[in-house]
Amino acid sequence: MMRFTRRGTLKVGLGAVAGTSLLGSTSLRAEIPVNEATPPSYKVEDGASLRILRPAKFVQGDETVFLANSKKFEEQYGVPVKVDSESWEDLRPKTAVAASIGSGPDVILAWSDDPHQFPGATMDLTDLADYLGKKYGGWWPLAEKYGKDKDGRWIALPIGASGGRVVYRKSWVNEAGFDGIPGDLDGFLNLCRALKKSGHPPGFALGNAVGDGNAWTSWALWSHGGAVSDENDNVIINSKETIEALKYAKELYSTFIPGTLAWLDPSNNKAFLAGEISLTQNGISVYYAAKTSQDEGVRQLAEDIFHARMPIGPLGRPGERALVINTMVLNSTKFPNAAREYVRFMMEREQYDPWLQASIGYWGHPLKAYDASEIWTADPKHEPYKHVMADALWDGYRGSLGESSAAVLADYVVVQMFASVCAGQMTPEEAAKEAERRAKRYYRT
Amino acid sequence: MGAGCYVATTTERIDAVPEASWLSRLFDNKAFLIFLCMLPAAGLLIVFLTYPLGLGVWLAFTDTRIGRAGEFTGFDNYYSLFQDRDFWTAVWWTCFYTVFATILKFGLGLWLALLLNNNLPMKSLLRAFILVPWIVPTVLSAIAFWWIYDPQFSIVSYVLVDKLGWLDTYINFLGDPWNARWSLIAANVWRGIPFVAICLLAGLQTISPSLYEAAMIDGAKPMQRFRHITVPMLMPILAVVLTFSVIFTFTDFQLVYAITRGGPVNSTHLMATLAFQRAIPGGQLGEGAAIAVAMIPFLIGATLFSYFALARRKWQQGGADD
Repeated sequence: MMRFTRRGTLKVGLGAVAGTSLLGSTSLRAEIPVNEATPPSYKVEDGASLRILRPAKFVQGDETVFLANSKKFEEQYGVPVKVDSESWEDLRPKTAVAASIGSGPDVILAWSDDPHQFPGATMDLTDLADYLGKKYGGWWPLAEKYGKDKDGRWIALPIGASGGRVVYRKSWVNEAGFDGIPGDLDGFLNLCRALKKSGHPPGFALGNAVGDGNAWTSWALWSHGGAVSDENDNVIINSKETIEALKYAKELYSTFIPGTLAWLDPSNNKAFLAGEISLTQNGISVYYAAKTSQDEGVRQLAEDIFHARMPIGPLGRPGERALVINTMVLNSTKFPNAAREYVRFMMEREQYDPWLQASIGYWGHPLKAYDASEIWTADPKHEPYKHVMADALWDGYRGSLGESSAAVLADYVVVQMFASVCAGQMTPEEAAKEAERRAKRYYRT
Repeated sequence: MGAGCYVATTTERIDAVPEASWLSRLFDNKAFLIFLCMLPAAGLLIVFLTYPLGLGVWLAFTDTRIGRAGEFTGFDNYYSLFQDRDFWTAVWWTCFYTVFATILKFGLGLWLALLLNNNLPMKSLLRAFILVPWIVPTVLSAIAFWWIYDPQFSIVSYVLVDKLGWLDTYINFLGDPWNARWSLIAANVWRGIPFVAICLLAGLQTISPSLYEAAMIDGAKPMQRFRHITVPMLMPILAVVLTFSVIFTFTDFQLVYAITRGGPVNSTHLMATLAFQRAIPGGQLGEGAAIAVAMIPFLIGATLFSYFALARRKWQQGGADD
């Protein structure tokens, strides 16, 4: 069996991030500050073995280091660990089946609100969450939102979140007469108009794009003060704030490159890297695709790519969405101690920090102490992705996480509300009403 | 049969030997043998067809979600679908898609079959080549079409705009509902033609050349020969191929899911993709099942239509209608 040392593990991860000079050698000694805390004592069961289900990788380093960390656990504890990966859209049904029939994986790295859909199926991880919170300076608000159930018990531990940020070509933004990305909605709209005028339009996905479509339309809705549901899960999407958001989006859409109504998740990445658009909303993957490209021309483009936060609207605070990986330990596991010990092990800095770094900024951390991770200083362009979990809003925002919020998202209710207005098929008022009708079907009790 | 005859004709000898065991008598029983021989096939059908179909019908009457057993809710799902604009769009578009794609596939497929039925150089090679679009896994051809229809990287737009200069802007293939619909029909037709063409070609080859010779002696023109010999003689196989083709088209999933995923704004959701969208990513198994069940009457209708309208006996034998 191959031996993985901490140093070796890092090399594996960094090797995947083409060019090891990227993070520099100092990253091997990144200091994550910790407080004194006593870990809960989980006595690993004799003969335990674990099955882990996780999402398929977005960036190679994420998977490489995750597997290496699991291997390390296997060696330290003598517990065989088998890790399975599922693609984005297959993970959700697999999670549902595993949670309800109570067999299969012991630990699932589920999507955002999935653990909340199966309240009885997950183990209470409060003691573990308290320990990690104490040791690593506390959890960011989004982590608490996604981790705790209504009674304040931790039913899942979010291990990272990916957020959409403005990804733009600096030279074109400058050429259009702007120094950077305006922080307000009007300024942002003016920038997009100027970009279109100069022949380098922006583009945001309006097709049924599960990641990108939901991300930017949620921002457009929330930043205007709109929401699908209120704190008591009443559907409130048919509001004047929503209509304002739709009018704004329609204006914004008029500046887009043609064809965005057909865009699926990869489309904006392709168009951006081909120099067809100057600005979009995305995770850090566009930048990394450029930076690590085999093509010299595309690599040079990386120099010109910058990131910024999405502008702030009447809501008065950032209104970005995040995709969270939320670790749940299933009640049905035969080895609850081994499973929880595994989760703890993966969250400790010796394992977590290399994983965070290998994920090249795609995942933002849930525990505050990881602000000190080298990944956030290795390249100033990572910085806008640093605090995804500090201030992003949750799916089903204002309301609770659960089946209804998940179904509204999966049925593209918000994306299609925006798309139908942008396409000119409906007026903002009609679209808001239609979205209300659809959302109510999922929020009916 | 042989054993039965033997027993029946040699009663005397049977009386002489000791009574046959119940097992051998059982196996001599014709009804039992029929039952036994059909059991594997029936078993397969029950396990893999009847049961899933029955389960689907049952699920459609419940509010089951993925991973959670539901409760019986009667016609609730259907009632809610009835008021659902997206569902009706999907029903309408599925029918439209089926009708137009089928007409085009048959028109072009028949034409291709007639061409291939002539004596051409390298005939077999050509015929094999024609099948390629049908052999390629649908998902692969769907992804190829996805690129062909891409708003920014379409080869069609590239040629028309950048190379020939016939157009000023790139074609918005998938961003506009009607463009997207015709684009999907085109992709489906491209994929479906070979199947139709090869089947009809097989039909054409069974028509005896002597019929054409006789017609020519009688002075029939090519169009008359086509109308009075080819068409009636082809009708039986046409009916079968049409039935298959309608079913394949009506239940198409991969092309639409890979190219538009039902967009823009649900305008290209087929019933199959909408059922999947609601049931699996959306988790609403009951509702998804209801959409799938709603396809059954259409399929039965289409099958009966092509069967009764086109497979009439007289036509099959080249006679006139009653």
